[in-house]
Amino acid sequence: MMAWAITAFDALLVALLLWLAWQAIHADGLFRAVISFMVFGLLMAVAWVRLDAPDVALAEAAIGAGVTGALLLSALGRLPERDKEAPADRRARGLAAVGLAALALGGATALATIAWALPAPGLGREVTEALPKSGVDNPVTAVLLNIRAFDTLLEIGVLLLAVIATWALGPMQWSAPARVMSPALPVLGRLLFPMFVLVSAYVLWRGGHAPGGAFPAGALMGAGGVLVFFAGAKPWITGAELDPWRWLLSLGLVAMLVAAVGVGATGRSFFEYPVDLAGLFILALEVAAALSIAILLFALCLGGRPPHRWGSEDEA
Amino acid sequence: MTALAWVGASLVALGVPFFLLGTLGLLRFPDVFTRLHALAKADNVGLGLVCFGLGLHSGSLAHALKLALIWLLMVIASAVGAGLVARAAIARGVKPWGV
Repeated sequence: MMAWAITAFDALLVALLLWLAWQAIHADGLFRAVISFMVFGLLMAVAWVRLDAPDVALAEAAIGAGVTGALLLSALGRLPERDKEAPADRRARGLAAVGLAALALGGATALATIAWALPAPGLGREVTEALPKSGVDNPVTAVLLNIRAFDTLLEIGVLLLAVIATWALGPMQWSAPARVMSPALPVLGRLLFPMFVLVSAYVLWRGGHAPGGAFPAGALMGAGGVLVFFAGAKPWITGAELDPWRWLLSLGLVAMLVAAVGVGATGRSFFEYPVDLAGLFILALEVAAALSIAILLFALCLGGRPPHRWGSEDEA
Repeated sequence: MTALAWVGASLVALGVPFFLLGTLGLLRFPDVFTRLHALAKADNVGLGLVCFGLGLHSGSLAHALKLALIWLLMVIASAVGAGLVARAAIARGVKPWGV
């Protein structure tokens, strides 16, 4: 009975995910598409939980549904009105959609049949063997910040590049003071921000021995910053060249590079931490990466180079 | 199952209809204000019952407190969100149904 119910739940989840993915691409009107994408992110997090990957679920919920949703919605707010409307040729698109869906279903079934026959992939055994030397008890954190730290270095590098590119495109569009719809929103921001800091620190600390870590913690903190910003608060970070907060943007990348190359001074190879200090290395890198990720995601949500000084438009 | 787990499971079962009815209201009510009214029941009472039930079912004080915190945050966010949506609707000149 129980196994049957769980299988039915999984099937429902898969069907909903496929339908939402379709909606996110083909919904009439961009607003519906964005909302579908956000719900897709939330259900994807549930799917990761069902796959016993709570770490990925945390990151997916915070980044996929939270930060990306805020990013898409704020982009939508800047589009001219006519771009948001539904295209006219709905019937033709509907027919094409049915044909494509049939094709996709056939392809997916074929792929699933092939995947079933393949040997189970994974390096789970190797990771478990290396875990005692990695400095943490959580295998996901061990992979992200020790065994495959190089990948994480590149991921943070990509985020930094994205922010640099966004800032290079021009100043952000910002009208001062931000128009706030409801007096409850600033109160909510003030109430919740300490909670965001607390939960981020908790998620970061948990990363050493349980699901958590730098990416979810940073995304949560960034989302908290975005909420407070939309509630009318002035950000600390500015577009001024000597703004100390700008160092936080590159802190994660710089810290990881220093750790990766620094161990070379004692004759070790790239990212080869001393085994007895590995836990300390990982903790320091996680804090640096989380702070960086938080402020990088926040900077991305601004949608352009922030003004030199918050408070007046003309200086932007 | 212990008696506490049974009570917890029944509370969860009691909370589910609020979500169903809230969703029904969201789909069937005539305007944005009445829809918000229906949603608030699912968010506040439905989630409250589910969280309370799960807290009892878990039999652990730490888990129960975390679930209570989730419910509290959800109630605050839901109230502010509903207020924002309603204010945005009024600002756009949406007339309440039947007025």
